Amino acid sequence: MKRSFLCILLVLVVGICLSSNVRAADMIKIGFDIELTGDIPKVGEASKYAAEMLKEQINRAGGLKVGSKSYQLNFIYEDNETKAESAAAAALKLITQDQVLGIIGPQASKQAIPAGEVADANQTVLITGWSTNPKTTLDRPWVFRACFLDPFQGPVLARFATEELKAKKAAILYDIASDYPKGLAEFFKEAFEKIHGKGSVVAFETFTTKDRDFSAQLTKIAASKADILFTPQYYDEVPLIVKQAHELGWKKPILGSDSWGSAELMKLCGNDCKGLFFSTHYAAAGAKGTTKQFIDQYKARYGYEPDDVSALTWDATRLLLRAIQNTKGLTGDLKKDRKAIRDQMARIREFDGITGKMSFDGRTGDPIKCAVIVKISQEGKFEFYKSVCP
Amino acid sequence: MTLSIFIQNVMNALQWGSFYALIALGYSMVYGVLLLINFAHGDIFMVGAYIGFFISTFLLGAYGFQLPWKLSGGLVIFLTFLLTMALTAGVGVAIERVAYRPLRRKGVSRLYLVITALMVGLLLENGNLALLGASRRNFPELIPKVLYSVGGVNFSNTKIIVIIVTLLVFVFLQTVVLKTKWGMAMRAISYDRMAVPLMGVPVDTIIVMTFVLGSSMAAVAGILFAVSYPVLEPYMGALVGWKAFIAAVVGGIGEIRGAIAGGFILGFTEIFVATVFPSTFRDLIAFGVLLLILTLRPNGIFGIARRTKV
Repeated sequence: MKRSFLCILLVLVVGICLSSNVRAADMIKIGFDIELTGDIPKVGEASKYAAEMLKEQINRAGGLKVGSKSYQLNFIYEDNETKAESAAAAALKLITQDQVLGIIGPQASKQAIPAGEVADANQTVLITGWSTNPKTTLDRPWVFRACFLDPFQGPVLARFATEELKAKKAAILYDIASDYPKGLAEFFKEAFEKIHGKGSVVAFETFTTKDRDFSAQLTKIAASKADILFTPQYYDEVPLIVKQAHELGWKKPILGSDSWGSAELMKLCGNDCKGLFFSTHYAAAGAKGTTKQFIDQYKARYGYEPDDVSALTWDATRLLLRAIQNTKGLTGDLKKDRKAIRDQMARIREFDGITGKMSFDGRTGDPIKCAVIVKISQEGKFEFYKSVCP
Repeated sequence: MTLSIFIQNVMNALQWGSFYALIALGYSMVYGVLLLINFAHGDIFMVGAYIGFFISTFLLGAYGFQLPWKLSGGLVIFLTFLLTMALTAGVGVAIERVAYRPLRRKGVSRLYLVITALMVGLLLENGNLALLGASRRNFPELIPKVLYSVGGVNFSNTKIIVIIVTLLVFVFLQTVVLKTKWGMAMRAISYDRMAVPLMGVPVDTIIVMTFVLGSSMAAVAGILFAVSYPVLEPYMGALVGWKAFIAAVVGGIGEIRGAIAGGFILGFTEIFVATVFPSTFRDLIAFGVLLLILTLRPNGIFGIARRTKV
């Protein structure tokens, strides 16, 4: 009795596997290793929403044409829980179990660096939308990105603080346990000290992920006579830092980086963040052309303005689809196809994304593109202030 | 370090220590009666903050539902505290009824109760994650913020309120435990759970009372924490809860005074270590100090060695 039950089960399982294999033939599977839960769930949500929108658009138009054949897109979303180890595990699962052609994400550098290593070792293309830390793509021929890098962002912000905010001394507060803030804080410090000389960064304070109270560090910063406070943190920490700084008597400008640019920042921060500046990848207000089209479509569908992660996910996914198209036909052999996609990825020189023009030099997976400085208006909107190109 | 910075940091430490103290009180109360380490307590604190969030936003009319009469700011604060404490106490009692009492009735070893408590904590965290999603909540500005600046020392009214409320809670609980019949019964149960019911003390009622007190204090801590650090997330209680437990142990678990002392010691070491050293050293040094205290006084500062009957 028991054995016959097992037999039936086995037949069913095999049947299901076979049927899914048959269906997979005219389907392109792309994996998403994104931050759906954990510290920055809005980032994961924004990535997923943008991807879903793109998928539907292409599938409705008959699918993606590669060579002479049209393929339907199948996106698989894996949650990396905003943890480094889960990001690596999710990447491995997507590569080996789900057998995807390429991976988009993870978005934060803390997750993207380990996941990039897994993808590189397993010879699968990984494109991160939002990770700006240089280590993500360094010496990894299989890893690409759709955004600028922190060695570019740091000096842009340091120059902006000097020229527009007239800062001579700077204070920095960052999370020492996370790759992105740590890297960017160091690049900013280096660039700022290059302009103003050694010792111009008067406070270089740290905290650890999950901290909620920054009063000790901010007390030091408030007493340090700095002209600006730079804090390259994520949107869930920024409101706490800004509010506590104001409570402790800090009245000077606070400067942020692209990690600030989440749709959720103003919901959490309210009045305290108004009038502050940060650097980012694109500004939703005043956009034109395809960017505006994307913003309107996203807004109509999900009810809020897309932030930079959504736009970068859109661009990263389109980059990957472009590379797939450029292969002029898939063989069905996973290993061969992945290799062909990588070769085509490396051959892309110019790409017109909704976050601006990108150009690749073919040697690294990093694009050269412009940064945007955004001012948070009194209505809580991210307003275009200035564009800085390399 | 100048004097004004020093005083500023004392204020910071008092506020930060207050949260540890308030949560540690809950650990201590339950341990004092049941000799059970209620590891779910940090998450009851989180539940309190979330309940406070929903009640206050509801009272402030954020759900498109207008109350028939307009509430004044003071009344909203009062009602939020009252309702949150009542509901969180309900959660605490429900956990006791569903998870702890059946096990206690079966007379299982306390080890299983502790493991159950850990699981209840995880259940609350992940239940919240599943129910409300991972997105952060912004706690409304319940108490309008006023900033004071006295001689270079800056502080907000919330800082003062947090510190005062903690001291009031301490005095209140100390009176309940030491001066009332209920308190006497609580202390008696921890001495001898077998003999006390024979004296006509309703053990279950006293235990429920303890959970009501402990959980409503967690609710107070939750609201005050959310007012001071207005970003809510499902895991906010985990780390603070663990540290508060350690504070309770250092102070002498089972002792009201110990919880308060332990909480403030932990708050002060954390803030002052972060002022002098890089923040990576904070937990290292803070827990080093606590370890030293425990080496010198293994039962905690106010703890009394108690010989268990074999």
